Amino acid sequence: MPAYNLDVYMPVVILMVIAIVMVVGALLVGKLLRPHNPTALKEQAYECGEDPVGSAWSNFNVRFYVVSLVFIIFDVEGALMFPVAVIYKKFNGIGQGGLVLASLLLFIGVLVSGIVYCWKKGDLDWVKSFTLESYHHDRDQAQAERKTA
Amino acid sequence: MMNDNVVSFFSDSPPYQMLNEKLSWLLNFDTSGMLTFVIYFVAAFVIVNVMALVGGLGTYAERKISADLQMRQGPNRVGPFGLLQFLADGVKMIMKEDIIPKTSDKYLFFIAPILCMVGVFATLAVLPFSSGFTLTHLNIGVFYVLGVSSLVGVGIFLGGYSSNSKWSMLGGMRGASQIISYEVPVTLSIIAMVLLGGGLNFKTIVGAQGGMPHEWFIFHNPFTIISFVVFFIGMLAETNRAPFDLPEAESELVSGYHTEFTGMRFAFFALAEYVEVFVVCGVAAALYLGGYQVPFGLSSMEVLHTKIGLPMAPAKMIGQFLEIGGFVTKTVLLYYVVIWIRWTLPRLRVDQLMTLCWKYLTPIALFNLVGVAVWIYLFNGESMWNLVFKTGAAAAGHH
Repeated sequence: MPAYNLDVYMPVVILMVIAIVMVVGALLVGKLLRPHNPTALKEQAYECGEDPVGSAWSNFNVRFYVVSLVFIIFDVEGALMFPVAVIYKKFNGIGQGGLVLASLLLFIGVLVSGIVYCWKKGDLDWVKSFTLESYHHDRDQAQAERKTA
Repeated sequence: MMNDNVVSFFSDSPPYQMLNEKLSWLLNFDTSGMLTFVIYFVAAFVIVNVMALVGGLGTYAERKISADLQMRQGPNRVGPFGLLQFLADGVKMIMKEDIIPKTSDKYLFFIAPILCMVGVFATLAVLPFSSGFTLTHLNIGVFYVLGVSSLVGVGIFLGGYSSNSKWSMLGGMRGASQIISYEVPVTLSIIAMVLLGGGLNFKTIVGAQGGMPHEWFIFHNPFTIISFVVFFIGMLAETNRAPFDLPEAESELVSGYHTEFTGMRFAFFALAEYVEVFVVCGVAAALYLGGYQVPFGLSSMEVLHTKIGLPMAPAKMIGQFLEIGGFVTKTVLLYYVVIWIRWTLPRLRVDQLMTLCWKYLTPIALFNLVGVAVWIYLFNGESMWNLVFKTGAAAAGHH
């Protein structure tokens, strides 16, 4: 079998270059056509007509971080399942499908335990449940912990 | 390894071989590599232009269909039926003043639209328009689409971050978290289709299906129907289409991640979005709806050349065009559904979005994956129709 020909990746590079040239080219051509008279007001960030208060680059809600962590776990597992998925049909044809199916199920079992764990921990809830009962419960627990300490 | 794409499609023809011989003789070296590049470049250029047109017509279709659903006229002044509206919009965009906020990160502000465009246009390389006119049939096809289209998420996040405006920042954060979250159910649904197709190459996956609906993967077994629904919902969220358009929610975030972008920079975000919708509709058509397959094998050489008796070269061409027609029809129908959904459903809340993804779609996709794998193992990869036909034939044989 001959070596895999890398020529087939040529269009990928061509398309990426075309996309970049398209954006840069359109902006350069537009420079000849469009007006250019910036004022201090125009160059402000938009905040509904008020002067912007502070920078937007400040602390952000930690929930986004949790989502990205959960995503990384699942995406890596997904990426690792692709090779198994590719060979499954071939192996099934020669009577070895059970082996592949078992490894696939093992992998999915890990994924399921991961999602169950996250669910139980409440990491999948965007809005953490907060009722008067839960508030009292948390407060009492914290007090009990302080007493034992 | 035989890679059946535009280059091999043309390099089989006599005129190409003649040209290659002449050029090689003239320039004193083997010009086939150069000609390969030229063919790739011309084909890529054509596809990019067609896709830019599709993006433009997408905005027109969006406005026309929304007008139709709301019993309005929609754009009808520029050109016949307002068809040239998108050109007028383009001219307007390019004449607009380019305003960059003083407090923004100029460098990231510049590359954010570029990243979106690169991410979308690079996926066109493997979009299977037909068996011969695809730019390239990479052996990692679907995986490549998943990977490269993630660049769009980076572009959207950087667009929101670099503007240094609160609205943009909120939109960018929402966009990033939404796109990465919905990648999980989409990936799991795609893995199920890879199991059925037996390869990541789009040619392999489409080739494992047939022209008739009962040969499509969507109706292969009960799990794949649910898988298609999960994929379609996830796809809407990945492309930020309503009801998942939270990153640019115009009623709460002004315009979300592209609030600060004016003129052409904004136009490229919009173009990238519309082309991406076409691309993911194409991927859905290829994975679930038989891709470029035409009913009754009409595009094959046996029918066109042997049965109808067309000469070899025109038969090949007509076959390719029939396949492109089949693929584009399926994709455009899905595109229509996407627009239809946008103007029918209200936007979700952020917590509903996350609940839908992590508590419904992901477990369902996992269940589907197990279901498809077990189905293939139990019935040796046969579709449910084949099983019904077989038992029917066996019962008829008993009598």
